[in-house]
Amino acid sequence: MKTLITARGITKQFGTTKALDGVDLDINAGEVHVLLGENGAGKSTLVKVLAGIHSPDAGTIEGNASLAVIHQELALVPELSVAENLFLNRLPRKFGFVDRAEMRRRAPELLDRVGLDVDPNAKVKDLGIAQQQMIEIARALDKNAGVLILDEPTAVLTDTETDRLLQIMAQLRKNGVGLVFITHHLDEIQRIADRITVLRDGRSVGVLGPRATTQHMIELMVGRSIEEQYPRARQRPGEPLLRLSNFTRRGVFRDINIEVHAGEVVGIAGLVGAGRTEVARAAFGVDDYDYGTVEVDGKPLRRNDVQAAIKAGLGLVPEDRKGQGLVLTATVGQNLELVTLANRDQKRLHDIAGKLRIKGRVEQPVKELSGGNQQKVVIGKWLLADPKVLILDEPTRGVDVGAKVEIYELINRMTAQGRAVLLVSSDLPEVIGMSDRVVVMAHGRVAGELPKGATQDQVMALAVQEISA
Amino acid sequence: MSTISIRRYASENGALAGLLLLAVVIAVMQPAFLNAQNLLNVGVQAAVIAIMAFGMTFVVVAGGIDLSVGSIAALAAMVGALTAGPLGLVVGALCGLVNGALVSYGKLPPFIATLAMLSVARGLTLVFSEGQPHETDAVVTFLGSNLTPSLPLPLLLMLAFFGITGLILTRTNLGRRMYAIGGNEEAAKLSGIDVRKQKLWIYALSGLFAAAAGLVLAGRLGSAGPQAAVGYELDAIAAVVIGGASLSGGVGRATGTLVGALVLAVLRNGLNLLQVPPFWQQVVIGAVIALAALLDSLRRR
Repeated sequence: MKTLITARGITKQFGTTKALDGVDLDINAGEVHVLLGENGAGKSTLVKVLAGIHSPDAGTIEGNASLAVIHQELALVPELSVAENLFLNRLPRKFGFVDRAEMRRRAPELLDRVGLDVDPNAKVKDLGIAQQQMIEIARALDKNAGVLILDEPTAVLTDTETDRLLQIMAQLRKNGVGLVFITHHLDEIQRIADRITVLRDGRSVGVLGPRATTQHMIELMVGRSIEEQYPRARQRPGEPLLRLSNFTRRGVFRDINIEVHAGEVVGIAGLVGAGRTEVARAAFGVDDYDYGTVEVDGKPLRRNDVQAAIKAGLGLVPEDRKGQGLVLTATVGQNLELVTLANRDQKRLHDIAGKLRIKGRVEQPVKELSGGNQQKVVIGKWLLADPKVLILDEPTRGVDVGAKVEIYELINRMTAQGRAVLLVSSDLPEVIGMSDRVVVMAHGRVAGELPKGATQDQVMALAVQEISA
Repeated sequence: MSTISIRRYASENGALAGLLLLAVVIAVMQPAFLNAQNLLNVGVQAAVIAIMAFGMTFVVVAGGIDLSVGSIAALAAMVGALTAGPLGLVVGALCGLVNGALVSYGKLPPFIATLAMLSVARGLTLVFSEGQPHETDAVVTFLGSNLTPSLPLPLLLMLAFFGITGLILTRTNLGRRMYAIGGNEEAAKLSGIDVRKQKLWIYALSGLFAAAAGLVLAGRLGSAGPQAAVGYELDAIAAVVIGGASLSGGVGRATGTLVGALVLAVLRNGLNLLQVPPFWQQVVIGAVIALAALLDSLRRR
């Protein structure tokens, strides 16, 4: 087997922390090499070193394969069309001007390779995040990269989209491309990995073969064994704390009826675009709606008024951590006090940071934290406000196993104190494992509700069903 | 540990290091720079831009920009000269409120809203003054005077506004919200911050500070002119940027802005002492602004 890139003894230090400490990595042609590790273990730094964004303090990288990286943050121009984004930087030209005809001719072929059915003339900003991701992959494919690094591409994808991506990866592997794949989804690893390098605290702690067990991967990654992945502790449900009745926004969602009781976790599952996030945002007052009511603890809530929603006892952890949840220019403490500005209290900030086990100081810029710890900060700012109902939209997206379980424990703690949680999640095992009931949405409507113990197949059957209007 | 804290200190105080370097270079080339009276002059010269720039800091930290501060300063000074000083402050704050309303409720980009106000306020100044300069009354003149020969009031006012700015930015909810709004407006909104209302106050503050700067300027000159403070908004923005604030919002400090205003004043004063022709002074000042911004962007990498 041909080795495309050989990295030896890669070491990289930021300030006092060693992000990478003597890591070895081989990238072989026709192989999917998974990088596994908790957030902050050094995966992203390693990718940046390989891509030449950071230069290593020690160690060597050999090989001259051309390399493309699909980063967690998408690198697309929202105002340009799909076709223009695909050929960004190397737009086909005729007489010195952009050759639109040529672009339109070549775009569908590329989109086809990733199974994306969109109008090449559509603006990228009008597409969903999953579709945008596919466009980036299509762009990398067109560059004929010898090595393709995918940094958590499936974090924002639904199961169907993930299946499609894994198929594409398998195809590329067959064509001799060397793939580096970063993901937190262990099932995906078992489906596609040829080799797994596990990183912990900047060191490579083991290289596993394709038949490694989930248990083994988690133990290596976390450095201890995790008892249960979804440790939901059920409570006896109390009074209804959140009630959506005939909740409707024309063209987006219709006749949504959901009740969440004290002590309860209600999950909302569904495909991307089913209207889950939109329901959460409208209920919280970020967006307006047309009909229906939102009641918190029995009292109707004023529409389109986030302040009123917070005062009534609602909280929302939004799906896009960096875009909507955090002020990246600010410190951990400043982010934690965002909701509760009025009663600023350093002691409470330190308490909550400790309780959440945030790895990082309160005075530290929040952008220096890993994804999981950043998410804990977003949740922490709401815990300080002590809401009656907390809506979590994709709370563990891009979060590692250890931090995930800690977030689940927080959910348990909230419900044990008589609070309620509405859990919107595309992660099926999570939404099934952590919810007491699962509401499945499809095409903007409630397709059905499943009790605790539902299977993934049951959820998917509802999620993909066609609902006639 | 200590090397890191030194490095952090240096990187946070790049502008201060630049100011000291500048002062040393000028002092070596022209020792008269260090003359106490000259240093006081520098302080007085910095005062007007500094006060204006403090107001600008709020806007820039919140992710906006205010191009109207020069015109508002002139309008406030004119209103102050024609009626009474305090009324000038009210007018300045009102202009700022209008800016804020256009930005937050009218959803105009700050650049456009305040560009419009730049023209409107300047026009009103010309209308009210009928194109003539007007003498200031005793109260306004006092603002520009020296308490004792070695204690000019503008200098004290600059320090007072510096203190107020620092307090607002670091110790008030409004200040903390400025950083949140400028850092990530969407996250601020989703955290229950009434972004639109905050912006009203932020622009009103900028207008108020600009008006105060205009009154100090008129006080020093003893009259309010229809063409006073033309182009000062650019100096104010330059001071804020030299001070390390980011025009994309979320970053900026009162200390930085003070240093930025002092850099501009020291540079102007030094170039005069070194008898650099005024036309060339403009070139040098522009180059220094670019250099400051460049160094800042380099150290952020």
